[in-house]
Amino acid sequence: MASVIEGEKKVFMTGNEVAAWAALAAGADIMFGYPITPQNEVMHYWTRLAPRYGRKFLQTEDEISAGFTTCGGLQAGCKAFTATAGPGNVLMQEPYGMAEAMRLPLLAIIQQRGGPSSGTVVYSQQEVTLTTYGGNGEGHRIVYSTASHQEIYDYVIKGFNVAWKYRFPTFVMGDGYQAKMRESMVMYDPAARGIELVPANPIIGLSGEIGVDRECVHLCNIYSLEEELYEVLQKMEADYQKMTPEVVEYDARFCEDAEIIVVSHGVVSRAGQDAVKILRAQGFPAGYFRPITLRPFPQEALRKAVENCKKVLVVESALNQLQRLVKENLYDVALEVDALAKPAVGIIADEIVARYKEFRK
Amino acid sequence: MSAAQPVIQPKMPKSWYKSNKPHLFCPGCGHGMVLKALGEAIDELGIQSKAVFGCDIGCSLLAWNFLDVDSTQTHHGRTTPVMVGIKRSRPELITIAYMGDGGGYAIGSQHTVNAAIRNEKITVILVNNTNYGMTGGQMAPTTLPGQITETTPFGRDPEETGYPTRGPEMVAAIASEGAYVARGTVANFRQLKGFIKKALENQIAGRGFSFVEALSVCPTNWRTNARDTWAFLEDKMTQYFPVGEFKVPQVKEE
Repeated sequence: MASVIEGEKKVFMTGNEVAAWAALAAGADIMFGYPITPQNEVMHYWTRLAPRYGRKFLQTEDEISAGFTTCGGLQAGCKAFTATAGPGNVLMQEPYGMAEAMRLPLLAIIQQRGGPSSGTVVYSQQEVTLTTYGGNGEGHRIVYSTASHQEIYDYVIKGFNVAWKYRFPTFVMGDGYQAKMRESMVMYDPAARGIELVPANPIIGLSGEIGVDRECVHLCNIYSLEEELYEVLQKMEADYQKMTPEVVEYDARFCEDAEIIVVSHGVVSRAGQDAVKILRAQGFPAGYFRPITLRPFPQEALRKAVENCKKVLVVESALNQLQRLVKENLYDVALEVDALAKPAVGIIADEIVARYKEFRK
Repeated sequence: MSAAQPVIQPKMPKSWYKSNKPHLFCPGCGHGMVLKALGEAIDELGIQSKAVFGCDIGCSLLAWNFLDVDSTQTHHGRTTPVMVGIKRSRPELITIAYMGDGGGYAIGSQHTVNAAIRNEKITVILVNNTNYGMTGGQMAPTTLPGQITETTPFGRDPEETGYPTRGPEMVAAIASEGAYVARGTVANFRQLKGFIKKALENQIAGRGFSFVEALSVCPTNWRTNARDTWAFLEDKMTQYFPVGEFKVPQVKEE
């Protein structure tokens, strides 16, 4: 396959355009999508770029269909992907469930918007619970929360690899601000940076003659007995736990001597980091922690980070979604938890600094 | 039985998966006949190793290991998009979406309509038994006026619930040139098999969407004996659901 990017290339682009280029560079074969703001331009750029590289696209009748056609493409051994947001992410929980159950390496790019319902088309961080634990299962998914355009590029490439290696549905979750803003970043050929692309292989429609070269494949997705499903889920959970230390990612800074640690994710973590720097410059011992994978959650790292601190300040553009994950993962640690929770709106460093000072009183 | 007498084996298509026979459908169910027609068509076309069979949820889910063909089980109503995804990704495969009337005409109707409009090069086989069998016999889009089901205990009232869906008629009206659309019945096996074979040939030729509805029977939920089962299929169902071809591609003679 010819390289999509020769070497490295510095660009100034929107996050959606970056996502389309990253999918190309990651060797994605086909995209299935349905229009919803703020992810539309992932499709717009993909439909312009894909034919140049022999890749395909189908605009489906709804997100349910986009998700299930993606599942079909994956079973047939193609690197299929989709992108969605908000109510589309709600509808896609059904096909994500099939991907979880059948261990399909589905990759979805999520650009969060306001909710519930149609909410806004602009921005929010309210799809955390939905993306990590949506569906009638156990949340056997990998969810990356990106904070910059560079990360959208990096994690889309990594996301395809992780999905095809571990066979759990994988999500690269940004938001409307990241989707629509332009930012400087560097696109690169993964091979030039030593990133090997995990090859795709079919699980159905195999080569060879049935009864001569091979047996047929029967993929089961509904079980007659409770115990059959129990066994499947036990194995799934064991695989997930085994994978966790290999994929979990976070960023922790200034935590060793911190009195209060600011915990945030995604684009808000940029304000979180700025706030901690401002506070440090003012002589306040603030710490910074950012889960990059929201699922699996960096539990060990967070528990280690808070060892010497007294309080945790959770900052998010949602009411109680990151906070719920943080509390669950810090269960039985004696800590005071406060939140700066602003669903549907952005958060800047000054607000975090002010809240921090209030909280330490 | 004396040793001298030969044991007569039921004649099963080569593309049937032998180890799960006898199958799990209820006694008297029509699915076995539809799948026999499909199996024989697959054998005659020699496509056993390049076909992909997808089954829906409902009674059709029991077909997940019925054929000696690569098969996958999807969700209720979602077999069509899964097969579309496979076909779009690997056009050399012959994709067969197998579902009931609830899957194709109710919960997955948007997929039936849009796959037909896009002329997706897949084959849909939809088994019409006028009710939701697996869940215990509720009203389906195809339940006949006056027919008693668990959710129409006093008979289906078209004033309240509309008239039965005529699927092939709808698909024929919206699909473009190249589509193949027919309705067969398990009461006419040879004809049904012919329709299914033509539908598969249409996909192999890459002409367009191919859709076959098979009128079938559900004695368990209809609570009918053999005679009444057959009478309902042949006398009542065919009055509302005419059997035949609704759209046949114009094929240029070479």
